[in-house]
Amino acid sequence: MTDMSFQVPYVRDQEAPRLPPPEGMVGIAHWLREGYFRSVGSGLVTLVLGALAVWIAWRVIDFAVLRAVWTGGSRDACLPAAGTAAGACWPFVADRFGQWLYGFYPIGERWRVNLCFLAGLMLIVPMLTPSFPWKMQNALLLLVVFPLFTLVMLTGGNFHLSIADYATTIGFLLFLTCLVPVWLLGLAQGLLRNKIGAWLAGVAFVLWLAWIFAGPEPVAIGGMAVPLLPVSILALLAVSAFLAVRLAIKGAGRPGIVVAANWGAVCLAALAILVFLDADFGLVTVETAQWGGLTLTLVVSVTGIIASLPLGILLALGRRSTMPVIRIVSICFIEVVRGLPLISVLFMASVMLPLFLPPGVNFDKLLRALIGVALFSSAYMAEVVRGGLQAIPKGQYEGAMSLGLSHWQTMIKIILPQALKIAIPNIVGNFISLFKDTTLVLVVGLFDLLGMAQTGLRDASWATPTTAPTGYLVLALIYWAFCFSMSRYATFTERRLNSARAR
Amino acid sequence: MTKDVTAIQGDKVPMWNDPKARALAIQVAVVAILAVAGLVILRNTISNLSRMGQNFGFAFLTKTSGFDIFQALVPYSSESTYARALAVGLLNTALISSLCVVASTMLGFVVGVMRLSKNRLAARIGGIYVEFFRNVPLLLQIFVWYSLIVLQTLPPPRDAYDFLGLSYLSNRGFMVPRPLFGAGSSSGLIGLLVALAAAVMLRRWARRRLEETGRSFPTVAVSLALLALLPMVGLLLAGLPVRLDFPVKTTFNFSGGLVIAPEFIALFLALSIYHATYIAEAVRAGVSAVSRGQTEAAQALGLSPAQALSNVVVPQALRVIIPPLATIYMGVIKNSSLAVAIGYPDLVAVGGTVMNQTGRAIEIVLIWMLVYLSLSLTTSVFMNWFNARMKLVER
Repeated sequence: MTDMSFQVPYVRDQEAPRLPPPEGMVGIAHWLREGYFRSVGSGLVTLVLGALAVWIAWRVIDFAVLRAVWTGGSRDACLPAAGTAAGACWPFVADRFGQWLYGFYPIGERWRVNLCFLAGLMLIVPMLTPSFPWKMQNALLLLVVFPLFTLVMLTGGNFHLSIADYATTIGFLLFLTCLVPVWLLGLAQGLLRNKIGAWLAGVAFVLWLAWIFAGPEPVAIGGMAVPLLPVSILALLAVSAFLAVRLAIKGAGRPGIVVAANWGAVCLAALAILVFLDADFGLVTVETAQWGGLTLTLVVSVTGIIASLPLGILLALGRRSTMPVIRIVSICFIEVVRGLPLISVLFMASVMLPLFLPPGVNFDKLLRALIGVALFSSAYMAEVVRGGLQAIPKGQYEGAMSLGLSHWQTMIKIILPQALKIAIPNIVGNFISLFKDTTLVLVVGLFDLLGMAQTGLRDASWATPTTAPTGYLVLALIYWAFCFSMSRYATFTERRLNSARAR
Repeated sequence: MTKDVTAIQGDKVPMWNDPKARALAIQVAVVAILAVAGLVILRNTISNLSRMGQNFGFAFLTKTSGFDIFQALVPYSSESTYARALAVGLLNTALISSLCVVASTMLGFVVGVMRLSKNRLAARIGGIYVEFFRNVPLLLQIFVWYSLIVLQTLPPPRDAYDFLGLSYLSNRGFMVPRPLFGAGSSSGLIGLLVALAAAVMLRRWARRRLEETGRSFPTVAVSLALLALLPMVGLLLAGLPVRLDFPVKTTFNFSGGLVIAPEFIALFLALSIYHATYIAEAVRAGVSAVSRGQTEAAQALGLSPAQALSNVVVPQALRVIIPPLATIYMGVIKNSSLAVAIGYPDLVAVGGTVMNQTGRAIEIVLIWMLVYLSLSLTTSVFMNWFNARMKLVER
């Protein structure tokens, strides 16, 4: 190899000199021509639009900065001198900003709202940061612990739960305990080997239905009024649950103990939640009628989105189910709700819901609106989740089946994590719509950010020609900042997902 | 081993492990739960209603409403029935929605094309428009248009903007001439129908000629001319039975003419501008979805840029644009219900008044559901039909 068999005539050993770009392809003139004055028409468009943009920008700056009134304590400061046009009335905004944020929440208690906001931020930011670990734990905190914390913080807790509330919860938990062997041993074995327990639970269920329809009539025993039906239902369920747990531990061995212990932990957590809601933390009670402003906007939209997530997932799965009844019920709900305007749903929730409830049961106005918003957004959420589900290839289902996973195992462990991840941009999009739509609650008499500001604008002590424009400008900027940053986040996740899939 | 296998194959699957039986059981359970819940709700509702001394029924619709509606497309007064009031509301909903659908489509297409323009300023301004108006709640926009633009910026009737003495724009609304149709006006309608029929036939003939000879025909321009001219001809033949009632400026207000209420103007502007952002995004996505190769191939075939756009790019872009358009149009119809916030008498606003007067919550909500669901259904059926027509016919 040492002696070359042929001569290389010429090899360039230096880089070729860089030539300047052709004449007329660089510089401001080219940039202008290429981007703004390609043709006569394009040039005209540039001139007209440019003039329009400059005019609007000038009007806004002139109004908001140059002519603006910056200090003052009442409307007199913002009244224009004779013959001049006044600018923005910033003292008005400064005076009202606290109310826009907190509504009529007592000023001394505003730290509670701030604390909730801070806690929410500290949970949401790591949740939305893709590289941050512990997503499961984070989600648990965000979706279960945080709402409870906020509920107690904002209302003041101390809900005065009755014995009946505790009894109902315990009864429900006991009833679910009867299903522990089913979880472990399968439907057939779980019920067959626990015949007595199953019968007892069944009898308790029938008694419960009877109780709902017949009404609770306490029976006098030895001079004491004993609610016979509820007590007997609880007793039956307790025996049944005991039998079920015994079967689980005996019949399934070590896994049985593990499942029973886990279930026990869940039950304890449920009871702990009850106690937490019942406890008196020394917080002053704040009626929901006092909530308002941005606080209410966030409460309504965040509750709506958190509540609609599980409902929407169930509806989406129902819509794709092979069982006709479930599919039809899901489709009907989704399509009916999606066909209705939110205003009519809110009207329905505030006017019709009280009619549906037993006489005497009365709901908080806010809670009624929340139910309406949650049902409304769950229909949209269902469609978003369905989109995610449809994007999962069939092979994933078949792979799960070949591993012997059951339907729910497949869904929870394989399909939903992937589908929800794909759906994140659209879920955020849903949240943006919901955030904007919360402004409609003012129709049913709740004062969110817009409602609060709207009532403030009619206040005689600040009535000037520029009060309304200033207020609307700030409101528009607040809403815009929230929605725009969320839509940027959606775009970011979408791009990230696309690049991950492209790999 | 063999025995086990035969045992598995031979035995019937136990009922609880049979997927069919399971599915049946689950569905029966769901139906049972829904039925129980429905019964409970029904029972509660009946007892609540009887406690309030009411019963369910639509008989109240024939009673006199007793309230006025400032904009009615059909004759209406406070002596009319509730049913007629609701019908007026429905017509107002239909009017504002259809006008906003048209306006937002036009504006949306312009902005969508602007965003794709090679002119960077146009693209940037289109982008700012979309990002701003899409991210501010519609209700806030309605308030802004209503209180700032319409009530504060426009002059009082005394100083109304005068359009050649034919129309006046003030904070009482836009006063325009009202057409009065005399006897024989139907000739104009007949002319319109004839023009429509002629346009359809012309289209068929032009297509056949295009397929047979390859020569094209300016169908759209000729059809538009027909549609504009034939009703005129019809009216002329009948001796011009249509007169215009012009608004007349009096000292403090106007008389005569047709008043377009400030609420209507504000709602129209807000709805059109808000939904145009969504349409612009749909248009942008649709046009970007057509690959550049299509345009280049069209150029290679010698089509002019205009021909390439109308014969190659737009038909393909429409296939992507139409499905989201259907959703947006339904959004326009639903969001027109925000009218209630500024007092434009649409179906929800009128229904709300009726509900307050009569306490008939269930009946009114049922009427709302029926109307909005049928409007949605009609829109989606129409858009599906349009979509099917536009769809690429594959081999």
